[in-house]
Amino acid sequence: MTNFYVNGKPVQVDVDPSTPLLWVLRDSLGMTGTKFGCGMALCGACTVHLDGKAIRSCVAPVSRVEGKRVTTIEGLSANLTHPLQRAWIELDVPQCGYCQSGQIMSAAVLLAENPKPTDRDIDEAMGGNICRCGTYPRIRKAIHKAAELANEGRAK
Amino acid sequence: MSASAMVGRREFIKTGAAIGGGLSVSLYAPIPDGPGSALAAEENAATVNAFVRIGTDESVTVIAAHSEMGQGVYTSLPMLLNEELQADWSKIRVEAAPVDKVYNHPVFGMQMTGGSTTSPAEWERYRKMGATARVVLVEAAATKWGVEASSCKVEKGVVIHTATGKRASYGSLASAAAKLTPPADVPLKNPKDFTLVGTPTRRLDTPSKTNGTAQFGLDVILPGMLTAVVARPPVFGAKVAKLDATAALKVPGVKAVEQVPSGVAVIATHFWPAKLGREKLVIDWDLGPNAGLSTEKMLRDFAETAMKPGAIAKKTGDPEATLKTAAKTVTAEYDVPYLAHAMMEPLNCVVDLRADSCEIWTGTQFETVDRASAAQVAGLPPEKVQIHTMLLGGGFGRRANPNSDFVVEAVHVAKAAKAPVKVVWTREDDMRGGWYRPMWHDRFVAGLDANGDPIAWTHTIVGQSIMQGTLFEGFAIKAECLTDFARCRASTIGDDVGRHGRAQLAVALVNILNGTLALIATGKIEVDVGPLATLFGQKALEQ
Repeated sequence: MTNFYVNGKPVQVDVDPSTPLLWVLRDSLGMTGTKFGCGMALCGACTVHLDGKAIRSCVAPVSRVEGKRVTTIEGLSANLTHPLQRAWIELDVPQCGYCQSGQIMSAAVLLAENPKPTDRDIDEAMGGNICRCGTYPRIRKAIHKAAELANEGRAK
Repeated sequence: MSASAMVGRREFIKTGAAIGGGLSVSLYAPIPDGPGSALAAEENAATVNAFVRIGTDESVTVIAAHSEMGQGVYTSLPMLLNEELQADWSKIRVEAAPVDKVYNHPVFGMQMTGGSTTSPAEWERYRKMGATARVVLVEAAATKWGVEASSCKVEKGVVIHTATGKRASYGSLASAAAKLTPPADVPLKNPKDFTLVGTPTRRLDTPSKTNGTAQFGLDVILPGMLTAVVARPPVFGAKVAKLDATAALKVPGVKAVEQVPSGVAVIATHFWPAKLGREKLVIDWDLGPNAGLSTEKMLRDFAETAMKPGAIAKKTGDPEATLKTAAKTVTAEYDVPYLAHAMMEPLNCVVDLRADSCEIWTGTQFETVDRASAAQVAGLPPEKVQIHTMLLGGGFGRRANPNSDFVVEAVHVAKAAKAPVKVVWTREDDMRGGWYRPMWHDRFVAGLDANGDPIAWTHTIVGQSIMQGTLFEGFAIKAECLTDFARCRASTIGDDVGRHGRAQLAVALVNILNGTLALIATGKIEVDVGPLATLFGQKALEQ
């Protein structure tokens, strides 16, 4: 049995401890917002937060998250109000959309650690998230936009 | 239900009641699919053949006959329809069409998405559907108020009687409108009067793609569903000689190991045990005649083939003879490799196979073909097979497969699993699984005269056709003026450009990749102009 928290709620799963967190989320918990892209931490589609840090859930055995807090795309906000979601919608970032959960989760950690990132900061932080449609320019714009929205939120 | 504005030679727009009340505007094709289906089509037209449904709750559901793979058709199709319907855009929802001939691509004659054709092909049909719905809604309001329809206007999903200011919403009129007969010919707006098409409009699918709710094929979960991965051969065409599944079957969660035509399926409760089980399989493969095949060998064979005579697509003058008189000749050879489509979402397919039905959930670009192929494997008539087209995490042509490889395989696995099953391809499976954009070899020989001006050139291409032997063979267009340096353009599909020897020695499975035409034909011409231009001086390019 492995016990941990997903989006604030305690969960308990009975799987082989080597099972990657990705498949626990998707198959055991039915939370399919986190995507499978490569299974080797090469594409970033499976990015989630573990105690606030971005991790690639496809290579994180569930044993590693025992007692810890996992945040997935489903837990980013209840109603699309996170600054990244607002910016993503305003700038119409996704095309096929398959990589975007991972893109947004990586960007969320970037903004938490660096509220006003430069293009270079963004490129460095987002380098591990691949988009086959090539939405990178919009992702970068949307991260700047989200930073603005978050700063406005703080100023109020 | 009532008819009917005519759309095609045999197709009629019909209006009818939507399930749960409201209006449905459908396309009805009276030529039946099979015995007995005419009646069923009549009864179900409101739901099966609908292009738009207007609910009494004011919802407006547009049914998309084409797949969404990032290109935005789940927004552009509703835009076309609503340009005429003029419903409140914020009420628009989109649903994937089931498989039915009324959703066939207006040009290609089968239900499919590809070739960047959705918006141009649907340019008229979706607007006609929207216009027909609007006309009967206005008629319903006019009848209710005892006024002329022509004295009413519409605004954001509300019919307004201009003189009195009376208003009625589409939802409140939908059930009455469903009983009316639409006119045979509905006039469409002049494009200069468009208010939606041509304006920047946010994609309808963006919110669901920013909170994890968007449903791709891989996200489908059915009650009691198992998950399978397939061990496919290391060489195309190889067969299982010997299989030992003892260790695989001991992995907790593995339910069964079954041979299918494409390999060995490991069927488990979830993906991870299926993958662990596959790693424990012991398979001796009979590699067959392709055992010694390699990219290097194939490229050598292609290059040798390029030196031999082949079919000639276009010849102007006598380039071979002219080349012999050249002061200088320049030869350039280019190879483009096999290319995997590498969609972000690896291939997958869910199948629920029953004695008398087969339901499939997958991201596909080729519904008609997939349904026919699945029906054959399932031993059912095509109308007993339904495909739920999910969002595609990229398509690029890999999900438009004339052999429906990933669907056919999943039906075979479902037969063996005797339960609803999801076949998941890992990234490695996806890359190694074939149906690549084909490898091509191009050889250019150009001759220059004493002034350095080009006097002749030849272009020979060698590769595998993605068209030959498929439904699309008839669409391959012949090359035009490829030997004319000043006007070189490749208005063709790759396999018939220039003079070519079609290499039958290649055995890898090939399939279209979007941009195939550009990569194989135009791309190489452009690439080649560079080095030649350097040699010829800028004059060549400036002509």
